[in-house]
Amino acid sequence: MYQKKTFLHLLLFIGAILTIAPFVWMLSASFMYDGHASVYPPRFIPDQFTLIQYKHLLARLNLARNFFNSLFLALSVSLISLLLNSMAAFAFAKYRFKWKDKIFNTLLASMIIPAQITMLPLFLMLRYMGLVNTYLAIIIPGMANIFGIFLIRQYAQSIPDSLIEAARIDGASEFQIFKEIFLPLIVPILVTLALFTFLGTWNDFLWPLIVLNNDSMYTLPVALANLMGEHTKDPELMMAGSVITILPVVFVFLFLQRYYISGIMLGSIKE
Amino acid sequence: MVRLITKDSAAFVFLAPALSAIFVFFFIPVFASFLIGFTDLDIYALGDLSKVRFVGIENYARLIKDPLFWQALFNTFYFVIVAAPLSIAVSLSAALVLNSKLTMFKPLFRLTFFMPVVTTLVAIAIVWRFIYHPNFGVINYFLGLIGLHPIDWLGDPNWAMPAIILMAVWKNFGYNMIIFIAGLQSIPEYLYEAAVIEGANGWQQFKSVTLPMLAPTTLFVSIITMIGFFQLFAEPYIMTQGGPLNKTLSIVLYMYNEGFRWWNMGYSAAIAFVLFFIIFTGTIVQLKLQNKG
Repeated sequence: MYQKKTFLHLLLFIGAILTIAPFVWMLSASFMYDGHASVYPPRFIPDQFTLIQYKHLLARLNLARNFFNSLFLALSVSLISLLLNSMAAFAFAKYRFKWKDKIFNTLLASMIIPAQITMLPLFLMLRYMGLVNTYLAIIIPGMANIFGIFLIRQYAQSIPDSLIEAARIDGASEFQIFKEIFLPLIVPILVTLALFTFLGTWNDFLWPLIVLNNDSMYTLPVALANLMGEHTKDPELMMAGSVITILPVVFVFLFLQRYYISGIMLGSIKE
Repeated sequence: MVRLITKDSAAFVFLAPALSAIFVFFFIPVFASFLIGFTDLDIYALGDLSKVRFVGIENYARLIKDPLFWQALFNTFYFVIVAAPLSIAVSLSAALVLNSKLTMFKPLFRLTFFMPVVTTLVAIAIVWRFIYHPNFGVINYFLGLIGLHPIDWLGDPNWAMPAIILMAVWKNFGYNMIIFIAGLQSIPEYLYEAAVIEGANGWQQFKSVTLPMLAPTTLFVSIITMIGFFQLFAEPYIMTQGGPLNKTLSIVLYMYNEGFRWWNMGYSAAIAFVLFFIIFTGTIVQLKLQNKG
């Protein structure tokens, strides 16, 4: 028993080291002077600590602007889609109407369609509307999504209908019921979905790469990919850029991890 | 009666914003993409839409004869067929160890293994590009420590895809691990007690209790992992640009290059539909296999 326990923890420990080693190297290299990370054997602790790469990125290469773009877009998409998705989920969870199941099942089935299919026509559409290379090019396609509606509805089904009936008898309007009864009851799943959407938008690459086409509009991943083209031999600078990109999502996740984990579980429940 | 009508129209008001957004910015593009796949829409036609011609299945006929397309198809299947089972095996192993009664500090280990999942793929791909550096990379350093020769991970046509697979497994296994842990926790304890009374050892318990009880979870995990992995894009885009010798060119990368680099939009739309067809078929096949098994 004791041997087995030691073996298990040895495995876990090795696994944990392998998992965090790339992060440790990234962080360490980001605090080095030019050329100090291109050495053999690799350094996991900076020989001379410096913030010069961060200064270079934020001041001269204007990564602060890209940081702002990412933050603004991730927040806007999260807020707007939260509102639209929860309204639709409210209707699916608490109303009876014609073709309800048909509409819902069609939505669910279409989750199998890969988003890449829509990108070309969507790009042409936005180009026609003059919205390419604007924030709206990211926000508009992210306004509502099927997974979000599904997740909230799944959660909202546990809300007893009697609560809503009671409010109706008390004379509350349908919108009041949504705002004052429904929304407060689904706060946990809203936090989860906000977290998913925020991280998803922050981390997204292909779509912003397609619709944003100059330095000042790029989100962090696109700016970083672009920077990589000119700085293939500057690991120190690129690692600082990676830290700036990754750190916010890591913090957000650490604060709200239990919402994230419960969301994965709820999303994986099939009917 | 009046009440009923207002309720129904209220449902409509709540649904309308999300459903119209999804209809206009998802369903219409899907349909449009299908149509564009049968045209020769390109950069010249973009200025003057009257120049667009309907070409029937010409794009698809060209795809069949396009060696680069077959290469992309082969690469993507190589990636999915190796990376998906590998990643699921690692996820399941991690979940089993983390679910053991003997394990201490579970939340801490769980958090550590999960961390790569939430991080930005582009940044991670950049980090790994340097980790795979033939001279200064961390991986070759460790290979050297155990007496192995350095590998030109991203520069060698035979090693580039394995390198991408390794990184993808590292990045993604934490997600399925969480789902597996939930699945393991839902297996009732008495099944194991019964197995022990029958004299089953650890491996037999795993084979005759854990795996069968976990089957629905495994099916779900396999399907979402497969769907996600077929959409391979950022890793080759950042780490290899599809090279060396197109050995890491994926379907989505080829679609992106044709559509948004060379503006062969008709052709690109056809590639996107092939991707959809593959994902759709893959999902159906897995569901069928599960029902038989």
